[in-house]
Amino acid sequence: MRVVAAMSGGVDSAVAAARMLDAGHEVVGVHLALSRSAATLRESARGCCTLEDAGDARRVADRLGVPFYVWDLADRFATDVVEDFVAEYAAGRTPNPCLRCNEKIKFAALLDKALALGFDAVATGHYARIVEGPGGERELHRGVDPAKDQSYVLGVLDADQLAHAFFPLGDLTKDEVRAEAAARGFAVAKKPDSHDICFIPDGDTRGFLTRALGERPGEVVSTDGEVLGRHTGTYGFTIGQRRGLGLDRGSLDGRPRYVVGIDARAHRVVIGTADLLGIEDIVGVDARWCGAVPAGELEVGAQVRAHGEEVPATALVLADGRVRVRLAQRVRGVAPGQAVVLYDGTRVVGSATITQEY
Amino acid sequence: MRPVAIEAYAAALARVGNPSSLHTAGRAARALVEESRERIAAALGARPSEIIFTSGGTEADNLAIKGGHWARVGADPARRRLVVSGIEHHAVLDPVEHLVETGSAQVSWLEPDRCGHVAPDDLARVLDELGSEVSLVSVIWANNEVGTVQPIAELAEIAHAHGIPMHSDAVQAVGHLPLEFAASGLDLMTVTAHKLGGPVGVGALVAGRQVALVPLAHGGGQERQVRSGTLDAAGVHAFAVALDLAVAERDVEAKRLVALRDRLVEGAMGLGLGITVSGCWRPGDVEERVPGNAHLLVPGTDGDSLLYLLDAAGVEVSTGSACQAGVPRPSHVLLAMGYSEREARGALRLSLGHPSTDADVDAFLAALPGVVERARRAARRS
Repeated sequence: MRVVAAMSGGVDSAVAAARMLDAGHEVVGVHLALSRSAATLRESARGCCTLEDAGDARRVADRLGVPFYVWDLADRFATDVVEDFVAEYAAGRTPNPCLRCNEKIKFAALLDKALALGFDAVATGHYARIVEGPGGERELHRGVDPAKDQSYVLGVLDADQLAHAFFPLGDLTKDEVRAEAAARGFAVAKKPDSHDICFIPDGDTRGFLTRALGERPGEVVSTDGEVLGRHTGTYGFTIGQRRGLGLDRGSLDGRPRYVVGIDARAHRVVIGTADLLGIEDIVGVDARWCGAVPAGELEVGAQVRAHGEEVPATALVLADGRVRVRLAQRVRGVAPGQAVVLYDGTRVVGSATITQEY
Repeated sequence: MRPVAIEAYAAALARVGNPSSLHTAGRAARALVEESRERIAAALGARPSEIIFTSGGTEADNLAIKGGHWARVGADPARRRLVVSGIEHHAVLDPVEHLVETGSAQVSWLEPDRCGHVAPDDLARVLDELGSEVSLVSVIWANNEVGTVQPIAELAEIAHAHGIPMHSDAVQAVGHLPLEFAASGLDLMTVTAHKLGGPVGVGALVAGRQVALVPLAHGGGQERQVRSGTLDAAGVHAFAVALDLAVAERDVEAKRLVALRDRLVEGAMGLGLGITVSGCWRPGDVEERVPGNAHLLVPGTDGDSLLYLLDAAGVEVSTGSACQAGVPRPSHVLLAMGYSEREARGALRLSLGHPSTDADVDAFLAALPGVVERARRAARRS
C-alpha cells in the first residue's frame, strides 16, 4: 500500500514509519506543521512544529530513504483543535485536545489529503492495535503496553477512519520501541517523551486560557452557596481538582476539598468534599462508534479519562443518539468535556463526550 | 557541477596550500587564486581588483547591503535610507529588514508590475523626493523565481545621477544572460559559483574600486581588507573554470533552453487546465526572462501537492519558498507582483539547465494532467 507516515520528530512515529517500510509498504514521511506562528518554529524547543522536531523527522526519513514533506495544516488545527479547546473551557468543560486532533486532523484533514493524492492510508506512532474482526472489519484494540496505551485518544475514530489507519507500535512496549530506535540508529532514540499539550509548550494551561479568554472573575462557593473565595476564570478549574484552589481555609471541616462543579455561565466554581465527586451515571453526546451503532444494553468497560482506570459498566444508546453509561462503581473526577470510551475486552466499542445534562 | 569543474576542483584540492602563507606551497596557492581572479574578472567584464571572493551569494549580498550601507552612513549620517525592489532574494531582503528592525536604516520599496519589472520611473520618483537621504539602491538582475530581467543599466544611471551607488544580485543572471560589470554601471554585483556549474561555497562580490565597504567579519584582512579569512583556492579555481565554460556556451545554450522553455510553457497552457505563466514571457525571447526559467500558476492547487505528485512522477520542481521547517509559504515575489495568496499557492517553478532535454519536457507535460487533477482534489479536501 501507499502510506503516509505521520512523523512528529519523536521516537514513536520514527519507529512506526520504519516498521511500515519493513512491512513492504511504499512510505512517504509527512510532518504536520500545526503552528500558525512562524515565530514558534524558531523559538520553542518543544511544541507542535518546532524547527528541531521537523529536522528530527526529516533526518529519520533520510535514514529510511523515504521522501519527506511538511504539510501545513495550521489553519485546520487552529480551528478544529485550538479554538475548540478554548471554547470548551469557556463553557466550563474539560476538553481532550489530543483526541480532537486525532479525530479532526490526523484522521480527517491529513487522511483526506493523503487519499486525494493517491495514498491508501495513514500510519502513526500511537500505542494501539488494529485487529481484523470475524467479518473482516477492522477493530481498534488497546496497545499491549498498559502504561502507554493510547486507544482512549483514538476512541473517536469511526469505521471509515480505521479502515485507512495503521498503528505499527500496538504490539510493543515503549522500552522496546526505544531499543528498536537505537538499533536502527535513529538519533531520536533517546529523545524525551512529550507530555504537555503541544500548543502550550510551557505547560501553563491557565496562562494560555487567560490570554485567549481574558479574565472572567467570579466566586468560589461551597455546595451550600457560602462564598469561600474568588477566581479569575472558571476555565482555570477542572472537576476533581484539589490543588491551586487559591482559598484561605485549608479544608472543609478537616476534610480535603475538591472542585465538584463548574458553572461557567454564572462564573461560579463549586467546592465540596470527595464523596461528592463519585459519579455512577454518565450521559455522553456526540457518540462515535468503531462499527455499527450497537443496539440494546451492552456490558462494557468504561474509561472516563486518559490513563484512567477502566470500570465495568452497562451502556445504552438512547433514541436521540446519546449514550447512557451506568458504572458498576462510583468513579471520581468525571469531567464534562472528557470522553467516555467503551471497551469490550481490549476492543474499543465507541466513545462519547461526557455532558452535564443528565 | 560541471565535470570539468569537478576535475579542476579535485586537482587543486590535492595540490594547494594556504594562499596567505609565504612559503612555496602558499605562493602556488596564491598564484592559483590570482589567476582565477583574473579569469573571473575577464568573464564578468570587471577588473581583477574588483573581485572580492566570499562564501557565496548570501555573504556577498550581506556584504553589499550591510557593508555598503554602514560605510555610506559613516561618511554621511543623513544617508540612512535603502531603496530596494520588493522581489529580492532573501539574501538581500533579510539584511535590509534586519537593518530596518535594528534602527540602522529606513527603506523605500520599489514594487514591480504584474510581470515583475521594476520601472525606472519609479526609482526616479523616489530619488527625486528622497535622494539626499539614500545610501544604496539594490535591484536583483534577474529574479530567482519568475526570471524577470531588470533594466539594470537604466536604473544604475538614475542612481548615479543622485550620487548613489547601486547593487544588483546577479546570481541568476551570470552565465545565462549577457553581462558586463563595467558596462552595466553597477557599483556592486553579487555572483556565485554553484548556479553556473561550479562548487557550492564560493562566490564573489564585484565591487567597483570607488566603493567603500565596512567588513562583516574582521581578521587577517584578506580581499581588500573587506573580507577576512583564508581563501578556498580550490573552490575559487573551480569557480573560474565553470564560469569560463558557462560564458563560452551561453549563447548557444540560451537558444536551446528558450526553445525547451517555450515548448514547456505552451504545452502546459495548452492542456486546457487553466494554467498560466507568470513573469514576462514571449516565445523566442532571450532578453526579458532568464532562458531556463518557467514559472507556472495552477489554479485551485497547493504547491506542496504538486511538488509531491510530480516528484512521485519523476519530475523535480520547486514551488517557491519554504520556511526553515519546510512549510510551504506563498512567494513574496508573486505577492509583490500583485498576485493573491490563493493564486500564489499553486505556483510551480521549473528550472531548465544544462542536463534538461526534450524528453524531460515531454515527461512533465505527460504527467501534468493527472497531477493537477489529484492536486485539485486534495485542495478541495483540505
